[in-house]
Amino acid sequence: MSEPILTVEGVSKRFGATQASKEVSLELHAGEVLALAGDNGAGKSTLIKMIAGAHVPDDGEIRYDGQRIGMLGPQGVRDLGIETIYQDLALADNLDVGINIFLGRERMHRRFGIPFLDRRTMRDEARGALEHLGIRLNDLSVPVRFLSGGQRQAIAISRAVYWKARVLIMDEPTAALGVPEQREVKALIRRLRGEGVAIILISHNLADIFELCDRIVVLERGRKVGERRIDDTDEDEVVAMMMGRVVDR
Amino acid sequence: MSLIDSRALPPHLRVLRTLTSAWSWIFLFLIVVFFEAWSWQTYGRTFIANLYNLQSILLTATQILMMALGLTLVIISAGIDLSIGFTAGLAAVTMAVVMRATPELAPPLSFALGVGAGVGIALVPGLINGWLIGRLKVPSFIGTLGMFGVTRGMAFLVAGGATVAVRNETARDFGNGRIADILPIPVLVAATITLLFHYLLAHTRFGLYVYAMGGNLQSAVRAGVNTTRLTFTIYLLSAFTASMAGIFYTSRFSAGAADAGEPILLNAVAAVFIGGASLTGGSGTIGGTVIGALIIAIIQFGLVFIGMPPFWQFITVGLVIIVAVLIDQSRDRLARLTTSAA
Repeated sequence: MSEPILTVEGVSKRFGATQASKEVSLELHAGEVLALAGDNGAGKSTLIKMIAGAHVPDDGEIRYDGQRIGMLGPQGVRDLGIETIYQDLALADNLDVGINIFLGRERMHRRFGIPFLDRRTMRDEARGALEHLGIRLNDLSVPVRFLSGGQRQAIAISRAVYWKARVLIMDEPTAALGVPEQREVKALIRRLRGEGVAIILISHNLADIFELCDRIVVLERGRKVGERRIDDTDEDEVVAMMMGRVVDR
Repeated sequence: MSLIDSRALPPHLRVLRTLTSAWSWIFLFLIVVFFEAWSWQTYGRTFIANLYNLQSILLTATQILMMALGLTLVIISAGIDLSIGFTAGLAAVTMAVVMRATPELAPPLSFALGVGAGVGIALVPGLINGWLIGRLKVPSFIGTLGMFGVTRGMAFLVAGGATVAVRNETARDFGNGRIADILPIPVLVAATITLLFHYLLAHTRFGLYVYAMGGNLQSAVRAGVNTTRLTFTIYLLSAFTASMAGIFYTSRFSAGAADAGEPILLNAVAAVFIGGASLTGGSGTIGGTVIGALIIAIIQFGLVFIGMPPFWQFITVGLVIIVAVLIDQSRDRLARLTTSAA
């Protein structure tokens, strides 16, 4: 198999008396969807926050393209091409689609030598980025709070993809959506995978995991208790691992 | 509802949406028409096309607007600044005290020192507000309510408990002069500052981050915005415009009063909300605040003009605020209706 794009090696993280993460290792390859499963409190959030740069691991290391990224911080990690979409999506609900895709990296232009935000260019490019993913919105000037959950999710994904994310971490992307929208977001994930994006998917929904993912890593109380190719396992085994009844050593 | 959105907005809803978003313009137009009709009916002459009336309205609006400009930024960022009433008073009395202490200087120099001291001292409560809200995460309502008391006491202490009269021709000309005998100088200065604030809010990254912060703090954090520093800047700008209101006051009346800004505070808050801002943050514009300030100024002056007891001002402005909030709510409902349920 090819070189992994992201390698997590023996990372641990402790918050006071809580061992949130204990010697977790995993590898992620381009064009692969990896499920991160586990019960509440299993350490999924801690792990993705370490990858995203929001937490610094106490021990172990995280490498992206061979480069150590554990200390870079959220902005540094994102600049390298690792985007994380948390459940709240971090969209500015009062601003339009174009601005949301560009927030933090705005396009400016000059008029009479004075810099102005270039809203039109941002909106046009946002339209392009959305259409590239098969998303069409009539009116990109409405605040995103008026859009549906699926559309908002799609905007958060487009934002990541527009900025050339090569690793995309998604926290429960379908949890708040109706069935038709879940289907479309899943189609979107498959499409990104086809384009070679490496995806880590946190989900409670085993059906989604078996439908979308290539591999699954199961965490339990901070430890990695199992890893399977999705074709080599079934829901019963995954549930058993989540409950700590099957532990690979 | 799907990721592919193929519906167009029905025309009647489109019209309604335009109407609700332009309501403050319509309202401004209606009150002008009302006073104009009253004026012709009662006095047989014009209300609005009269130079003196226009100047008075614009000067009143200037006082409100100066306090409301910085407040607009604060409210868009999902905060509130109650301290500006006495920040204005503090700037007014400090300016007056400094000018009184420097009678031997040439009037322009004494005036410049006074303005510098007034703006300078106002930045102190601005910094403290920024520190309380940005760094210590105190809710802005509480933090600036505390600073309302602190600046109030400071202003009266600086003033020695009384109004501080000054005699300085530069200040007098600044506060009462007119360009070409038509345009009052404070109006011109206020218009310049207003344009600058409009540019900042509508066309720069800074303005965008103010909106983002008010809409969803996490979106600003994610975009790499230093929200603590942004909060400092916002409250400093609020203190700055409030201090300008104090400087206009002292210049116009040749006297600094500690409570110069107090009666204007609620009008400034009202102007921002009439202008389309929302208490939850994330919306509002400088243009809207200008219209809001004009509406209040016209109501104030117009009621005096038609001979109503001044107490009716409070009732009328109060009702306008309530109407503004109701329209704001229905606008939101309408927008939701037209984008997601059709």
